[in-house]
Amino acid sequence: MWDFPLFPEQASSFAGAVDLLFSALTALSLLVSIPIVFLIFYFAIKYRRGSNADRSNPPGTDVRLEVIWILFPFLLGTGIFVWAAFLYFHIMRPPDHTLDIYVIGRQWMWQIQHPEGQREINEIHVPTGRPVKLIMTSQDVIHSFYVPAFRVKMDVLPGRFTTAWFEATRAGEYRLFCTEYCGTDHADMMGRVIAMEPAQYQEWLSGRATGALTEFGEPLTAAGAQLFERLGCDSCHQPDGSGRGPSLLGLFGSQVQLESGEVVTADEDYLRESILQPQAKIVAGFEPIMPSYEGQVSEEQLQQLVAYIKSLDGEAQDEGDQEPRE
Amino acid sequence: MATAIPANRFREDYLNVSYTARSWLLTTDHKRIGVLYLIAITLFFFIGGAFATLLRLELVTPDADIVQADTYNRLFTMHGVIMVWFFLIPSIPTVLGNFLVPLMIGARDMAFPRLNLASWYVFMFGGLFTFLAMVMGGVDTGWTFYPPYSSQSSQSYVILTVVGIFIVGFSSIFTALNIIVTVHRLRAPGLTWFRLPLFIWSNYATSIIIVLATPVLAMTLALLGVERIFRVGIFDPALGGDPVLFQHLFWFYSHPAVYIMILPGMGVVSEVVACFARRRIFGYKFVALASLGIAVIGFLVWGHHMFVAGQSIYASMTFSILSFLVAIPSAIKVFNWTATLYKGSISLDTPMLYILGFIGLFTIGGLTGLFLASLAVDVHVHDTYFVIAHFHYIMVGGMVMAYIGGIHYWWPKMSGRLYPEWWGRVSALIIFLGFNLTFFPQFVLGYLGMPRRYHVYPPEYQVLNVMSTAGASILAVGYVLPMFYLIWSLRYGKIAGPNPWRATGLEWQTASPPPPENFEEIPVVTEEAYAYSPEAAEARVDFDAEDYEASRLED
Repeated sequence: MWDFPLFPEQASSFAGAVDLLFSALTALSLLVSIPIVFLIFYFAIKYRRGSNADRSNPPGTDVRLEVIWILFPFLLGTGIFVWAAFLYFHIMRPPDHTLDIYVIGRQWMWQIQHPEGQREINEIHVPTGRPVKLIMTSQDVIHSFYVPAFRVKMDVLPGRFTTAWFEATRAGEYRLFCTEYCGTDHADMMGRVIAMEPAQYQEWLSGRATGALTEFGEPLTAAGAQLFERLGCDSCHQPDGSGRGPSLLGLFGSQVQLESGEVVTADEDYLRESILQPQAKIVAGFEPIMPSYEGQVSEEQLQQLVAYIKSLDGEAQDEGDQEPRE
Repeated sequence: MATAIPANRFREDYLNVSYTARSWLLTTDHKRIGVLYLIAITLFFFIGGAFATLLRLELVTPDADIVQADTYNRLFTMHGVIMVWFFLIPSIPTVLGNFLVPLMIGARDMAFPRLNLASWYVFMFGGLFTFLAMVMGGVDTGWTFYPPYSSQSSQSYVILTVVGIFIVGFSSIFTALNIIVTVHRLRAPGLTWFRLPLFIWSNYATSIIIVLATPVLAMTLALLGVERIFRVGIFDPALGGDPVLFQHLFWFYSHPAVYIMILPGMGVVSEVVACFARRRIFGYKFVALASLGIAVIGFLVWGHHMFVAGQSIYASMTFSILSFLVAIPSAIKVFNWTATLYKGSISLDTPMLYILGFIGLFTIGGLTGLFLASLAVDVHVHDTYFVIAHFHYIMVGGMVMAYIGGIHYWWPKMSGRLYPEWWGRVSALIIFLGFNLTFFPQFVLGYLGMPRRYHVYPPEYQVLNVMSTAGASILAVGYVLPMFYLIWSLRYGKIAGPNPWRATGLEWQTASPPPPENFEEIPVVTEEAYAYSPEAAEARVDFDAEDYEASRLED
């Protein structure tokens, strides 16, 4: 109780950088506010009514002074803006080659799906020293995924994917909060992120050290491949591009030229949208003939499909999963 | 002989002209309407304050003991709704603005006196809806009404509350329109724009924001109602809508609304600082134009509420730099107020204590706003207690201090009586200390990660929460005190006389309380605002007491 921290633990690769920026802002605030408070007290005492201070020739407006105190905050502010913007860019853009974990928020729990099939509620096991990307959506209202020790937060929206990433630097358990008000038990929508050394994490993955809350399912890509076939996706999306729909090989992460002239990056949210609202973005050179799968696939199945399509890497063609059909 | 009776033996003023309820409820006198608003928003302030008290009490322990989740969610929602729309936004424009704008510009009334009365009725009518929602069981969406929670999920009285806010918006627009037209059309001869008191400038800027922004809120709430009642998909993705669209629309109003709340307070600060430092405001034109600068840039920063809401990161960067820019006009004001004290003749009467408190607290509020505008820091502190602390420093530490300071400053004008000075200073100090103890720990709590809108929390946050609640109990005493001594002073306070502060400004050149038509003769203005002289103030310092007596009117 008497240990009185001002900063939360630093447990992610960018936590220290955020704290440094915060400290700089604090220092700057003191630099501005201490002189103001000092001057107010100093003037209030020196020029109190009845004191014999010199009051001759009080200055009116001094344009030079005004310019100084407009320029000074402007330059400092711009400096801080640039610093904060670079760091924000780093925090908001996941690096390549991440471990992708899928998150569904719903009133009032976090449902976690690991790529290799493990499912958890309100707990996420992650390895240290490896960037982890969260691909998140909500089944009902807006939630927000927040781990103070990682300095990471991102809203979790229904109807689309948002992503967040972090790299845990220290093994341990860290609190996970929902920070977007979501109804009655909003305050109980808490969980834990359990960061483990890679060796322990491997052990956990293999199922020897699981908690009671972990369930096992198929690896996401395998489940996705089956679904892809069952839904007949492969009848149009043929790997050689000869089908009525574009080939999906090497699609993820690429730039897609649309019929409208726009170019978009094929990220998770794009894949999701193209499954649920295929008419929203038509790839250049193709007809808008794909039917919507809205209401036909659950959030879990969407995760499987997206994970599978992401695994279709252009070079290592996985012919077994995608047989051309005439 | 009738003519031998001194004219001031029985002087007609706006209060004693008639005592009937009818004369109050059908009045078109801007001063009486100001008083009607004062009574109404004081009531709302204490209702909102009672909710806040319950919230703080619940947060003393990490568990749910005083109230359960559903009640807590309703309490913080109603606290926000009442304080924002029924206290902060109307406070200075409708009470002090209504009372003072015509007096300060040498007019006999507002440009549209009946519209002015209508605005009070519309306000009360809207208040009735929200009050009804409250007694029927309240609303639990948070004051921000984010869909799809508010449009599909919430089981509380969303529509009733939203209708109340929708209606109250019209009352804001009526008042703002009236102030704009009054300032343009009814200024006394010789009162040019750059001779206007800064209180007028800031209320004018506020009114422009109100007229431009409030319709967007009305539209947004109407769309929310359409989605909730008729299930037309606008914001809910399940119906084909976009929830972030709501956030854009909502903050397009609600961020300028922050400036609607704080700008009039800045006007009060300028008046009081000039009077109690006996100096013309340093950099008058810069302070005046800064108000317009805030009004304009304030419209361009709404997206800083959505740095982690899924908007494009390039949009976030644009909103971030604009948010840094909007801080500059506020900084200009703070620097100029401080410079005004230099070589002044400063007396620390109650209004000045409140206003110096404002400058300190507003500075902290403004600087922590820069923390939130700094993108990477906002990712961490967004929707935590850091944000709660920040905006309470602006709205309570800034705006409420300015409002209560202004009420004290113009109380002699409004009531004709002086409030007890000792009690006034004590209450100002209690509020300042209680406020800091309540809200400063919340900055730390927020950086440690405690989310807002939580009634239960992990035990490591308890110490800071107990400090905050202790501060809130001190703050409550500070707010209740003025209620008592101001009411007491209506009967027992010393007679104030027309100009107890020896202030410049046209409102002080007429009797206290002012006659129904404000001025016997419309004054002619021949000089700039704040023609104070610190040296003259020093020379007269010994005669203060006698001057008060001499300037008194016989009762």
